Amino acid sequence: MIRTVISRLLQGIVVVFCLLLITFMLVRLMPGDPFSGEKAHAAHIIEKNKARFHLDKSNTEQFIVYLGLLARGELGDSPVKEQPVSKIIRHSFPASLVLGIAGMIIAILIGIPAGILSALKKNSYIDYSTMVIAMAGISIPSFVIAPLLAGQVATRIPFLKVAGWGDPLDWLLPALTLGLATAAYLARITRGGMLEVLNQDYIRTAHAKGVHPAVVVTKHAIRGGIIPAIAYIGPAFAMLITGSFIIETIFQVPGMGQHFVNATKDRDYFLLQGVVILFGTLIVFANLAADIVLAMLNPRIRA
Amino acid sequence: MHRAHLTHLLLGACALAMLGCKGEPPIDAYTEKKILILGNSTEPQGLDPQIVTGVIESNIIRALFEGLCVEHPSKQGVHLPGAAEHWQANDDFTEWTFHLRRDGKWSDGTPVSAEDFLFSYQRILHPDFGADYASMLYYILGAEAYNKGETTDFSTVGVSAPDAYTLKVKLKASIPFLPDLTKHYTWYPVPKHIILKHGKMQQRNTPWTEPENLVSNGAFMLKDWRLNDYIHAVRNPHYWDKQTVKLNGIRFLPISNQYTEARMFFNQQLHATYGLAPEMIEYAANKYSQYLRQETYLGTNFIRFNVTDPLLDDLRVRKALALSIDSQAIITHILKGGQKPAYGMVPPTDDYQTPKAVSFDPVRAKELLEQAGYGGNNKLRITLLSTDREVSKRLSEAYQDMWKKHLGAEVSIEQREWKTYLSRMSGLDYQLALGGWIGDYPDPTTFLDMWKTGDGNNRTGWSNKDYEALLAKAEQTKDPEARLRILELAEALFLSEMPIIPVYWYTTNYLLHTAVKGWHPLLLNNHPYKFVDLELLQK
Repeated sequence: MIRTVISRLLQGIVVVFCLLLITFMLVRLMPGDPFSGEKAHAAHIIEKNKARFHLDKSNTEQFIVYLGLLARGELGDSPVKEQPVSKIIRHSFPASLVLGIAGMIIAILIGIPAGILSALKKNSYIDYSTMVIAMAGISIPSFVIAPLLAGQVATRIPFLKVAGWGDPLDWLLPALTLGLATAAYLARITRGGMLEVLNQDYIRTAHAKGVHPAVVVTKHAIRGGIIPAIAYIGPAFAMLITGSFIIETIFQVPGMGQHFVNATKDRDYFLLQGVVILFGTLIVFANLAADIVLAMLNPRIRA
Repeated sequence: MHRAHLTHLLLGACALAMLGCKGEPPIDAYTEKKILILGNSTEPQGLDPQIVTGVIESNIIRALFEGLCVEHPSKQGVHLPGAAEHWQANDDFTEWTFHLRRDGKWSDGTPVSAEDFLFSYQRILHPDFGADYASMLYYILGAEAYNKGETTDFSTVGVSAPDAYTLKVKLKASIPFLPDLTKHYTWYPVPKHIILKHGKMQQRNTPWTEPENLVSNGAFMLKDWRLNDYIHAVRNPHYWDKQTVKLNGIRFLPISNQYTEARMFFNQQLHATYGLAPEMIEYAANKYSQYLRQETYLGTNFIRFNVTDPLLDDLRVRKALALSIDSQAIITHILKGGQKPAYGMVPPTDDYQTPKAVSFDPVRAKELLEQAGYGGNNKLRITLLSTDREVSKRLSEAYQDMWKKHLGAEVSIEQREWKTYLSRMSGLDYQLALGGWIGDYPDPTTFLDMWKTGDGNNRTGWSNKDYEALLAKAEQTKDPEARLRILELAEALFLSEMPIIPVYWYTTNYLLHTAVKGWHPLLLNNHPYKFVDLELLQK
């Protein structure tokens, strides 16, 4: 098990490095630079500023300089925001983490019971209606759900705000928007996993032995049935934490998601690279955590 | 038993909900506390007045810092004393003396001295500092040469301090509008003692602008800065005119989504929005007309021609394209914000008569195009460079439709994201491109200087020696009235060659809560916050 973890970690380092290298090269292939703006600046000023960030050097030299920064535990300064990238991430990450956790709790609380119920009532109205709702959850994009929640729900409930990030009640609507799509996926995956398990011989045997149906489900079926859902939850959790540009802008959440889009638009090379490293690392760890949990649930994987 | 649990759970949820319920709109609580909540589009680039370049930053910096002169809250062109108590110019407006007030202090109690101004101007102009907006000080004698590294001797720059409270500024030309310039953040003083405490003069990105370090000389001082969340400023207890200040604080929220911002306003979370999407203007006018503000703004929207393109070096083609744009239709059906059809580059004022160069005349447009050899099977085929912004998309489609309808032209729209669009325009890699310009100060030169040869903002390839000679002549003209007449001639020449099509003059459209008092229309939308007040409305 430890061997597997170490091996996965080493693979993860390679993955994050490749991700960084690809991002580093691609972002520099885009037209423009961090210093171009609607009002043009003097050429000698632009040259000075490029030199400050080593952007006057070749891409290879820039990459070596950047690796040197990383070796010192730094992510460099944002040429657009004039602030250390680590500080920008440090300020934005807590909001994304809170939102991601809240979104995932909502997704699990809705998605897994809905999937189990659907599987237990296979081909019934409950099954069809649950799956129709799940399909709708997957199909309707967050940029439709979010304004609907903000405009139609928050305006009618006095203690909810249409946007903002002050107190815990402000987390509700963005977390719901974020969690609903994941809940829909989870419901479908859980249903599939449960149906497979419910058709197994050992479940039939348990029923034949006269075990109470509720015990069969809670003690025997769920453990195996939610394995596909667990495999999905890991990377999905990483995706929820990394945030969503749309949800953040609609609900005014000071999180990480907007950095991805804005840094690309602004050619903020250092911020984009920093965010990519963070997101890559999170996804590697989330996958690793999912693998460990799966191994604990399924002895065959451990072997 | 189970039911009892469920009831407890529901009661708990209701109690939690009630705790969150304030009983009154959030904005009333802020109004009562006299804290102004403003939408401010996006997170600022920073708070160092000598590094930033945008309106968003200017809105915050104006609360924290104060220049030599201050904007009047309602009268355009009236200069109120700021860091300077009074000032005078010589006869030809080339030498100015500013007498700083002796009770001017930084927010830590340190006096604001002429030395702070000298330090500030040296810092922004220092070639190693790389200030993007250093050119705003090029009006000062020797400033450009120092900034470009042609000399390292700052004493060659025309600023001096005969004593601790006198600042002398020598200009390279006659600039009667210098007090207007001093209201721009690039001319604000920065605290020498704090900047040097956290780094060297020409060093950027030092922690001096952190909330625990930033010291300013304006009506407010920085209290808290939560990235992408809010910036909070509170009253500066050392401000010289603190008795005029009515607010206890200002909170700036970086709300980039205009629909979110409008929703927040209607949900009583904001005192004012930064802007208003065109679709929301009509809605606000019908349902919330008491909040809707539509004010003239010092800016021009236009279309650039790449005059180096063989197809567009024919003036008749450029004129034909210009005369076939119905600006009024665009304003009525797309923009809906009360903009004015532009017939020139400089928005007209009481003193300046903009030459009338463009009007909608499709018949004449067609004639001109036929004279240029287009018509029948020989259709005019051109491309229009646009951005991915919603308004730009709609404008592009409207132009495309108008040129097809009135000229039979085939127009391809090249929609590019912002930086690619800028890069293509700067490299003259386009035929026609959408464009716009917001003035930095209320003087025609802010709209005319950019068309000089080699200016980074020109981006048309157009160049005219006579035009530049007229601008140079205006610079040397002592009489302000005569100077404006020369600038009108320069603009007329510029428009006669039509390197751009002026389309409309901007307005600002935003929502302002009726609790806000002392907030009046200003051409540059640069409201001096010390005159703003909040009054709770009677219910």
